[in-house]
Parts: sequence; structure tokens; C-alpha cells
Amino acid sequence: MIRVVIPYHLRTLANVSGEVELDVKGPATIRSVLETLEGRYPMLRGTIRDHGTLQRRPFLRYFACEEDMSLEAPDTPLPERVVSGAEPFLIIGAIAGG
Amino acid sequence: MGAVRVLAGTRKGAFVLTSDGKRKTWDVQGPFFGGWEIYHMKGSPADLNRLYVSQTSGWFGQIIQRSDDGGKTWHQPGLRPGEPTTTPDGMPVAESNKFMYDTSPETGKPLTTHQFYDGTQHPWEFKRVWHLEPSLTDPDTVYAGVEDAALFRTTDGGQSWHELAGLRGHASGPQWTPGAGGLGLHSIILDQSNPKRMYIAISAAGVFRTDDGGTTWKPINRGLRSQYIPDPDAEVGHCVHRIAMHPTKPNVLFMQKHWDVMRSDDAGESWHEVSGNLPSDFGFVIDVHAHEPETIFVVPIKSDSEHYPPDGKLRVYRSRTGGNTWEALTSGLPQKDCYVNVLRDAMAVDTLDPCGVYFGTTGGQVYGSTDGGDSWAPIVRDLPAVLSVEVQALS
Repeated sequence: MIRVVIPYHLRTLANVSGEVELDVKGPATIRSVLETLEGRYPMLRGTIRDHGTLQRRPFLRYFACEEDMSLEAPDTPLPERVVSGAEPFLIIGAIAGG
Repeated sequence: MGAVRVLAGTRKGAFVLTSDGKRKTWDVQGPFFGGWEIYHMKGSPADLNRLYVSQTSGWFGQIIQRSDDGGKTWHQPGLRPGEPTTTPDGMPVAESNKFMYDTSPETGKPLTTHQFYDGTQHPWEFKRVWHLEPSLTDPDTVYAGVEDAALFRTTDGGQSWHELAGLRGHASGPQWTPGAGGLGLHSIILDQSNPKRMYIAISAAGVFRTDDGGTTWKPINRGLRSQYIPDPDAEVGHCVHRIAMHPTKPNVLFMQKHWDVMRSDDAGESWHEVSGNLPSDFGFVIDVHAHEPETIFVVPIKSDSEHYPPDGKLRVYRSRTGGNTWEALTSGLPQKDCYVNVLRDAMAVDTLDPCGVYFGTTGGQVYGSTDGGDSWAPIVRDLPAVLSVEVQALS
């Protein structure tokens, strides 16, 4: 089970509190986690990745095990501690604006 | 005597303000969607309980919200609470925030480019919905004006959106340039006397009209003069801030341009200036009295460099002659030390008698008048900056 932390406003949209736990089929990558997340909570489609290009929205970042994975290729495997559920995969809203 | 519902979109959420026909005491509900920018919210003329909201964020993009009970509860179209969120084969059902430019060979236009601030050509990129205009007759049909400028339509209550690509594909498209606030399609006017006719306005391209239900479009900017563009009389490139029409006089249009208040008496074929004795002809809003087609309202702003009222006095100006002759309406409005702005979608009129007039400010006030503008009172004083105001008369 993979744990995912999403920003406050997306938790509100998805009507969830705290972490989201996902059963990801196949290898756990950035892409497969996001596809599983959007499949379970379709209201999040377009809010993390662009609908058409599937590019990460500019003011969101991906973190795992204290590493910034935002610029990694979508099929990059996630760290073992995220795969095992010991650490969450973090989707973070940039500290920007006022 | 009916009741009224004012819909206020703000920088940090949506608010629903309701009152009886006297419009003296108000119930304030909200914020809905707290923390999100609500560019616009509007009710369907065909079903007063059907409301649509454009909810946007620089972080998370575009969301469309809908209420079927007058704002008590909300949902993203296609995602009713408790219903499955995927189809039987596991595909997500929600596409209510999917605004994809139409590039199909059958109906679409290639994703070409438009002119950017620096004079180069720039790809079209969807950013947000600026304005939602529900159909006059069908609660499930809504038009959406978006940035980068394009017109979309839903016919299934907001579940899916499809571009009317003939507009963006107009030959002048590559010349369209964003205004300081972006390349936004901000005004949509439906003509109740002619279902095939529609007007839209884009900053900073100008006004366009369709006479075939949105398939083809014609720029209608003759008579506009804009000193800040290379050819002051160009067919496109004018920074139109807002257009308005009275439903019983569909060939008469009013416009607040960047500078200049304008009027057309021939469905936009030609325009002439009616700024008259205004203290400044810069501004954003313009609207028409519900029962007097020649009575119009504007809020003059000092200049394009100083977005606040002249002399620190918040004054609505009313013309009872369709322009040129204006009177200041000040009763109940702050007449010193007032430096708020009134944005382009932040004025509305109700259809009660006497006509109610409403506007919201970037200082978070929503003002209302129950006597056609003679006197004003704040409905609320301390909301986040107001982006849009609409009103519904509830029978």
C-alpha cells in the first residue's frame, strides 16, 4: 500500500482527510501512482497534471524520502521505503503568492 | 414581492447573499470553496436553482462547480455525491474541468499561436474560465469564456466542454494580444430575440459577433480608437473591458473600453463615443437598467496606471440618455479616502421594481441600490477582493 500526501485544497476537493492509501498495480512509479490516484479520485484530474500534456502543474512538486522527484522522468521507480509504505509520496504546493 | 440572490465571486471563495424584495436585510452564506479564486458564478435564467461557478487556482488549475438547489449544496458536474466516480470499465467519469482546445480536423482549428507581450508568437495555453454564461432557455447549456481567449460550450450541465473553434480560428487570431490581465474572453451576451446571435469580447482583441450560433465570427470594432496600439483604428487589438445590452433593444450595445465609453446602435457594426462629462472615461464595468434601456451605469476609474476612483471618491455614474450626459451617484458611497477598484464582471442589476443595482469592490464591499442608483448601502463590507457580482430575482 502506497501512502500519498496531497495538498489541503486537493484533500477538500477529493473529500478526504489525512493521507491517501493506494493499491498501485505494477511497478510503483510517479506515473502509476498519479494514475491510480486520479482513477480513485477523478475530481483530481487536471489539478496535479495538465489534462492534455500530463505535465506536472508548475506550482506543484513531488517529494519522496527527502528527495525532490519533480524533475524525474514519469516512469522513475519510487524509493523502496515509499513502495513498502514506510514513507509517503508527497505532492506539495509551492510556497508562492501571498 | 419577490426575493433576490446575489452571487459574489471573490479572490478567496464564493458567497451567496439573499434578501426579500425589500432588499434591506441580507443573509450571507459562504465562503464556499474557501481559498480558491472564484472568477465568476452565475445562475441559469431557465432554472433559478441551477448555479455554475468557475473556481480557479494558480496551483491546481480549473474546477467547475454546480448547484441544483440555489447554492445550498455543490458538486463538480459528473460527480454527484455518492455516485460511482468511475465507469464500469474503470475509467474516470469527471471531465468537467477539461477545457481542451479543439484541434480535430472536422470542427477544430490547429493549435497555432497568438501574439505575445514581447511581439513574438506564443502557443495557446488554457489557464482559466473567466466568465460563465448560461443559456437563456436550457439549464444544461452554458457558454464559458476562457483564457487564452476561446469560447467553450457544455450541453450536459457542465460535465463536458467543447470549444466553438470558429472564434479562435478567425483569421485575426494570430494578432490577438493579451491585456495586462491576460488574453481573456470576459464578456458573453446572448440575444434573446435571435438565438443564433451572440456577442463576445476579449482583452485585448475586441468584440466579435456570430450570427450562426457560434460557427463563424466577425470582428465588430469599427469606430473604436485606441491610442496605445500601432494602428489606432485597427480591426482587432482594442482592449475592450466590458460590453452590455438591454434584452429589449438587442441592436444597442454599450461598451466600457480601456479608455472611452462607447455605444453602438447597429449590433456592433459601428461604435461612437458617449463618454461625455465623465470625470474619467477609464473603467471596467458597464451595465444597463433593467426597465429603462437608455439608462446605463459605469464606475469611472482614474487611469490605467492608477486603478482607483478619481479624487478618492467612489461614484457610480448614471446616464438616462444612453450616454453623453452623466450624473454622479454618491449617496451612501464613500466620498473620501476610497481607493478600491471595481472589476469588469462585478456589477449587476436585478429585475425587481424599482430596479436594484449591485457592485463589488477589490476592498471586499458589495454595495446595493434599491432605487436605480439614487442611494446605496453596503450589503457586506469585509469580503475578500470581489471579482464578480451577479444577481437573480427569485419569484
